[in-house]
Order: sequence, then C-alpha cells, then structure tokens
Amino acid sequence: MSLELRRVSLRVGAETHIHPTDLVCEPGSFNVLLGTTLAGKTTLMKLMAGLERPTSGEVHFGGRDVTGVSVRNRNVSMVYQQFINYPNMSVYENIASPLKVARLPDDEIKRRVGTFAELLRLTPMLGRRPSELSGGQQQRTAMARALVKDADLVLLDEPLANLDFKLREELRDELPRLFANRDCIVVYATTEPVEALLFGGHTACLFEGRVVQFGPTGEVYRSPLDLTSAQVFSDPPINTAQVTKAGGDFRLADGGSFPVPAGHAGLADGAYTLGVRPHHVSPAPEGAQPVAIEGDVLVTELSGSESIIHFTFHERTWVSQAHGIHPFEVGTRQRLYADMSKALVFDGAGRRIAGQSTT
Amino acid sequence: MNKTHDNRAWFFVLPVVALVAFNAIIPLMTVVNYSVQETFGDNVFFWAGVTWFEQVLQSQRFHNALGRQLIFTFTILAIEIPLGVAIALAMPRKGPWVPVCLVLMALPLLIPWNVVGAMWNIFALPDIGLLGRSLNALGFNYNFTRQPGDAWFTLILMDVWHWTSLVVLLAYAGLVSIPDAYYQAARIDGASSFAIFRYIQLPKMKRVLTIAVLLRFMDSFMIYTELSVLTGGGPGNATTLLSIDLVKIALGQFDLGPAAAMSLIYFLIILLLSWVFYTLMMRNEQQ
Repeated sequence: MSLELRRVSLRVGAETHIHPTDLVCEPGSFNVLLGTTLAGKTTLMKLMAGLERPTSGEVHFGGRDVTGVSVRNRNVSMVYQQFINYPNMSVYENIASPLKVARLPDDEIKRRVGTFAELLRLTPMLGRRPSELSGGQQQRTAMARALVKDADLVLLDEPLANLDFKLREELRDELPRLFANRDCIVVYATTEPVEALLFGGHTACLFEGRVVQFGPTGEVYRSPLDLTSAQVFSDPPINTAQVTKAGGDFRLADGGSFPVPAGHAGLADGAYTLGVRPHHVSPAPEGAQPVAIEGDVLVTELSGSESIIHFTFHERTWVSQAHGIHPFEVGTRQRLYADMSKALVFDGAGRRIAGQSTT
Repeated sequence: MNKTHDNRAWFFVLPVVALVAFNAIIPLMTVVNYSVQETFGDNVFFWAGVTWFEQVLQSQRFHNALGRQLIFTFTILAIEIPLGVAIALAMPRKGPWVPVCLVLMALPLLIPWNVVGAMWNIFALPDIGLLGRSLNALGFNYNFTRQPGDAWFTLILMDVWHWTSLVVLLAYAGLVSIPDAYYQAARIDGASSFAIFRYIQLPKMKRVLTIAVLLRFMDSFMIYTELSVLTGGGPGNATTLLSIDLVKIALGQFDLGPAAAMSLIYFLIILLLSWVFYTLMMRNEQQ
C-alpha cells in the first residue's frame, strides 16, 4: 500500500504550517523527513497519520481517499521524541496494549510480544514499569509497541533525539534491521543529515513548512535542487560565496579570482552563488582544483581524528571539516584550500544549475 | 573531602527554633500539661495521670462526635474528589476560556471562612433564604435549623461548594502537565476515552490527587469556622463534630483537663489517618 499526499496543506489561523505538498511514499519504503526544528516535520507526520486534518488537499492510502478518516480507523503507529509509554503498566502490558485493543487471542498476543521483546532486547524487563527503565529501554519499549501491531504506516518522530550518544548509535544500527522484512511504509523525522545518509531510502528536505526536495537519499544529497535543499542536507552547514563569472574566471568580491572549474565552462557570464561542502575545505591542498582562501579563525573543534574549523571568509562564516588535528589559534589568519571542482553552482534564484558532490 | 565544622551555624537555625517553640511547641506542651493534671484555678495543679484520657476515650459523647466527624469527612471526600476530577476534565486546556474558568473556580477559595458560613446560613434560611424558600416552594419540608437531615445536607453542600475548587485546581494542574503526545499515542492505539482516563490521566494525576485527598482530609477533619456559623453544631448535637465538641468542653464547660486530653487524641487521630492515606496512595510508587 502506498501513501500519497496530494496538494496537502495546513493553516492554523493566519499561519501556514504546511504549504501545499505532494509526496508519494512507496510500499515498504523507508522515508526520511529532514529539516531543522519547526520545519514542519511533526506536522507533516500528523497529517500523514490522520491526527491532523489538512486545510486543503487529499491523503490517499492504498489508493483509497482517507482524508479526514480518524487515526483510530487507520492502521498507523508512531514513536515520539519523548518516551511515551503507559506509566502504570508493565513493559509487557505496554507492548501488548495495541493488540488488546484489537482483541487478539491471548496466546497470539503472548507470542507477538515475546518476539518483539526479544528483537528489542527487552525480555528481562517485561515485568518492570517504564519508570524503572533507562531512557534507551523506555524508547525501545515504545518502539516495540509501535512495531507489534503490524501497522501499514510507522511514523518515527525523532525517536533517537533524547537518547545519549552511545544508545543513539546502537539504535541507529538496529533500526533498518527492524524494518527489513516488513512491507509497511516507514517515515522517520530527524534534524541530522547523518541519519538520513545512514538509513538510505528516500529523503524529503523540509524548510519552513515546504518540502523543497524529495527523492532517493543519495540523489538528494549529491544533486540538491536548490541552495535551501543543500543547506538543509549538510552538517556542518554548507559554505557559500558570491562570485561573478567573467570569461574563464570566477571573481570574488575582494578581487580575488580563480579559473572556472572544467565542468562549468559552458555557464553564461553573471552572478552566481557557490556552495562548497565543509569536507571539501582543508588546511592542505586536496582534490582536483584546490583554491587558496584566507580566513580569520573563529573556533576550532577537535575530535579524535578530525578538526572542524570555523572561520570568516568574505564576511560569511565558513566551516572546514578536515582530517587530522589542526589546533589553529582563535583570531589568527590562516590559509585553507577549497576544492572548487566539487563546488555546487546556484543561480540568482538559488536553483542549482551545475556541479555535483560526488562524495 | 574535608568538612568544615563551625558551631556558628546553630545561630542561623536559632530564629526558626525560637519561632516554632513560641507558636507550636510551648502551646502544645501547655496542652500536654493540662491533660495530665487536675486544676481548680489559682494555678494549683494535682497530678491526674491518664485519668482524662481514659475518661475521653470511654465517653459516649466523644464516640458520637468522632463518628459524626468520620461520616462527614468521608462523605465530602467521596463527593469532592470525583466531582473535582470530573470538573477538571471538563475544563478547556487552552484558549481564551482558560483564565475565566480558573478565576471562577478560585472564587470560593478567596472568601473568608466565617463569611462562607454566614452566606450559607442566610442562603438556606427556610423563610427568607433563596435556597430554603425555593426548596419549600418546591414542596420539600426543608428546615436546616430544626431537622438534623436538612442540617447535614446543608453542611455538606456548603463544604462541597467551598472546597471542590481546590481539588479542581490541583487536578487541572496535573492534567495540563501531560504532554499532548500521550493523547495522540492513545488515539493511535485506538484507546477509548475511558482507557485514556484510566491509563494516562489518572496515573499522571496520582501525585496531585494524593495531595488533594490529604489536604481535604485534614481540613475537613478540623472544620470549625463555617460549621460554627452555619449550625453551631445543632440542631441538638446533630452536627456537633469534633472541633465544635472540643470548644464546648474547653470554653463552655471549662473542663480543661478532658479538653486537653481530647485535643491530643484529636491530633493523633489526624496524624495517624493522614499517614494511612499517604502510605496507601503511595504504595505502588515504591514497588
């Protein structure tokens, strides 16, 4: 069964929460909604589930128009950012609750709860109350509750956001496995581009209540339709610079210039915005066309094996995500290299007209 | 870790100790003093041991007052707690009506207690009161100053009017603290509104309801002002609850010994029952 949104929008009073949106999720697909907080991810999910009624447009499920059909009469399950469980029920009763509502026979309930408790490693905790579990176990209980009922549509609203780093990594690895043999549609909302890349499937980039791009995750990442989509799908944020093309050169505002990368020779002269992903900026020349740029270091974050260097370049904040440890002093002027052969080129309206991130 | 020991710290505690001693411990010790001695005035005391305690515990009058007190307290708890929860559930969670509802709910709590008693006394008078006259006009033979049943009805109605608001406000505070996601999750599960109440709202309100039950229990067990203005314990002894009886013994008959013994017993009953309530309601929490 496929889920289809046709020109779905939501307005509350004078505020538009979701602009008219078209979206088709294929049966058995894993779909990521990627966007910052308040981009409209949760609202879009509520519209998909039937928790909110769209102001206009239609929601179709399996070819049937389900606009306005209550969530009770749809086969949907959802996991939230907060760990939502029934507080005075045991883990077993929590997982069993949707099955009890559906009036399944007791031994069938027992079998299914057992299967999913095992899958989510909750078997030793079945007798406990949610308040006696760790955050990760509480969230796994909520996930078991969502999975146990064989829903057609499973919505996961930033389920890992409130977990600590280690648990997040762990559950991230488990998630795709949980859905591997199911033909339900999974929709997963997240603020982190890394998660979208990790899960694959399809990704929708959301910005201010609009789906700016939807497609196979790798394609959306490599070929963003416009600057907004590239900005949503980049962490650390994508670097931008205003350039003017004159003949064979891209000119920067301060008079610096560099040759137009080989692939973009056909562009007409005029003003463009270049987008360079942070891992294409490094302290040493790398790639096919490293162009030297100078910037004042704002802050350097060092992790085990890489440095994230924030610096100002043409009055904009740029970020370099570089291999190795580069302990630059704050406030010093440093020379870095941007691999312009990997730059994305956007026109005056923000549409990408050339360039592709290959990695 | 080295802890600094400094006896000067005691000086900071001293004002509190002095205050508590002045307004609680010293009066309480005076009561204890009276409860074990006999006096004929002029500050002459004779040791009486536990005589007064035995006398109070064996007196039919005390048993009757305690019985009435228990009936009153459990009746108003049985009405005010469910009614308060029901009203809180019916109140809007957001929108322009929220402050209106909250202010309306808080109004009875802002009225001085003796005024509540006086208001209800006049309201219920069978010849000129709105309630009294209306009931009589409807064919009920209602007279709360003569008929014990009517006196009880009026007393309970007054307490429900005065104090249900407190339960409403506490229960409402518990309700609004439940995140929306819980309700959505329940709707997705297909849970009925009764199931939502039973498995989400009630457990989430448990702590505030425990406080509501304790507060209403203690306050209703000590009710004096409104009751003394409304019926003064009458007709006869029909609405003479513990506090009214205590005042009659202490200030009416000046039996200071028995009154002191009764005060202590009264205090211990409240303490014991509060503990029982608290333990019962919090039992699951510890499991």
